[in-house]
Amino acid sequence: MSSKIVLESKLISKHFHDPVDIKVLHDITFSIRESEFVSVIGKSGCGKSTLLYILSTMDTDYEGELLIDGISMQDKKEAQLAKVRNEKIGFVFQFHYLLNEFNVLRNVMLPGLKLGKYSNEEIEHRAIEKLKILGIENEALKKPNQLSGGQKQRVAIARALINDPIIIMGDEPTGNLDKKNSQIVFDVFRELTHEAKQTLLIVTHDPEFAQKTDRIIEMEDGRIIRQ
Amino acid sequence: MNKILIASIARALMLARWKQTLVAAIGVTFSITMFVTLLSFMNGLNDMLDSLILNRTPHIRLYNEVKPTKIQPIDKDKNYQGSYNFVESIKPNGGRLEIYNNASIINDLKEDKRVLGIAPRITAQVFYNVGTIDLTGVINGIDPEAENRLYSFSDNIVSGNYLDLKTIPNSIILGKAAADKMLAEIGDVIQITTAKGEQVQLKVVGYYQSGLQEIDKVQSYCSIATTQKLLGKTNSYITDIQVKLHDLNKAPEIAEEYRKLFDVDAIDIQTANAQFETGSSIRSLISYAVGITLLIVAGFGIYNILNMMIFEKMDSIAILKATGFSGREVKIIFILIGIFIGLFGGFFGLIFGFSLSVVIDNLPFNTPAIPNVTTFPISYDPKYYFIGTIFSVLTTYFAAFFPAKKASKIDPVVIIRGK
Repeated sequence: MSSKIVLESKLISKHFHDPVDIKVLHDITFSIRESEFVSVIGKSGCGKSTLLYILSTMDTDYEGELLIDGISMQDKKEAQLAKVRNEKIGFVFQFHYLLNEFNVLRNVMLPGLKLGKYSNEEIEHRAIEKLKILGIENEALKKPNQLSGGQKQRVAIARALINDPIIIMGDEPTGNLDKKNSQIVFDVFRELTHEAKQTLLIVTHDPEFAQKTDRIIEMEDGRIIRQ
Repeated sequence: MNKILIASIARALMLARWKQTLVAAIGVTFSITMFVTLLSFMNGLNDMLDSLILNRTPHIRLYNEVKPTKIQPIDKDKNYQGSYNFVESIKPNGGRLEIYNNASIINDLKEDKRVLGIAPRITAQVFYNVGTIDLTGVINGIDPEAENRLYSFSDNIVSGNYLDLKTIPNSIILGKAAADKMLAEIGDVIQITTAKGEQVQLKVVGYYQSGLQEIDKVQSYCSIATTQKLLGKTNSYITDIQVKLHDLNKAPEIAEEYRKLFDVDAIDIQTANAQFETGSSIRSLISYAVGITLLIVAGFGIYNILNMMIFEKMDSIAILKATGFSGREVKIIFILIGIFIGLFGGFFGLIFGFSLSVVIDNLPFNTPAIPNVTTFPISYDPKYYFIGTIFSVLTTYFAAFFPAKKASKIDPVVIIRGK
């Protein structure tokens, strides 16, 4: 295991203050290397999603240190964190969160346009490539509400991939899908780690899904009990 | 690049809710329409009333006031230079209504670059004799051509020709109300008594109507020569010199200058007609207040619609933030929507406001008091259109600012985890 560390969590703790002060995460320390396919499992309320949102930089109310691509996320301002998310992290949530005002292609292109690293034509080309990988390039010009649930989730994955993020984070990405679609999504993830050396961090409560990943981090009551 | 992206997102959000957006824009259109029309109408009215008074009034009037001399002989006595000298019961010495040396004053004024034109005048107190009763009156001896050039004299001549004053000797243009009282037709000869007791017969060649009943009952016009004859004065006798300036606002300082230079009394238009300025400014103030109130109401409409839009688009905002849009950029998106509504609504507001002004401008408006006005007065000053635009953008900006700020504060974690 000599590949580079993509994400590192050092002694991350978090309290919920409302209604009473509860410590929901206890000194979480672990790291994820490049092209690892990691799943986080645990019972409902064990803090796995809370951890994910801290790692995603969207939640900034925690103690400890978070390093993404070797850079500390401490003391970064809101706009800087937004830039980190745009450039280095891809998200797939339980719900697809596609914008119904735009077509599929444009939805996928949005984070790319925001990054502004490539020209519009290039981003469009890349978006079509990503849709091809996920086998939905024929739906590119449809509106998201014309797609099936599984297709929507694949569009969301394509969107997560558009800026070639160093890590993709998923919060129950198959939670809303049936068995067949879950399998498709899993296969897509599998392929990404094998062929594109994509790093994945997926929170799930589906043990079957987790079993098939490279590495399982199991949590209980805000602590990692197995990794 | 990023700006185009943000604008395209704003556009998409707006089009997704185009009906509400349109309603908000119509609100702005309505208020800008009313704002522009109201101000144009109000200021058209102001201009009309002002012109009724101000354009007929000299910017500076040079004259000699009947008043006691300020410097009494004792003040000039060397023995009493350092003392306070009390002289009681001072009376004016009278008879100095004439502006001395007026020919050279007129020459000087003609050479002054700031002066647009001058018109000499004589005022004479008279009585119009109607049978056994006498009506008090004032005869203005004027130079009809100069008077017309500077003060549109002919606008107020309701019948007859003002130039007849010059060509027909011993002629008079009577105030309309006075003529009605005296039952004097054009061509009739009327009799007047001067302040010195002389009786003179004058031929009526026209009627004058200013629109102000009190003036029309009293005021009449003769040529300067006729008036000089009436008063038994020489042809150098002038009691007033009326000066019209290029820039009305300079009147007070120039009046002050002439007062010192020519050693006469000089009154400027601002001092003489202070009440009109006040009336005009209060009317403007009221129309601004109404216009701005309308805009604020429209602003609340925009505020509501944007708030609703943000509530509906929570998910979209959350994912935009999750995928790398900062709070500031989200804020800009919603402010853009607001400003667009303002510009779009404002643009049509200006067009409708202008159209409505044109309609009002063509509505017949006949009043016996103001003979030369036949339609409602409207001002087409571009200033009001400019102010309307500025206000529409400003109010919509502020209306959008608070919802936009709220949108920028949305925590994506709360939205995404809440699902």
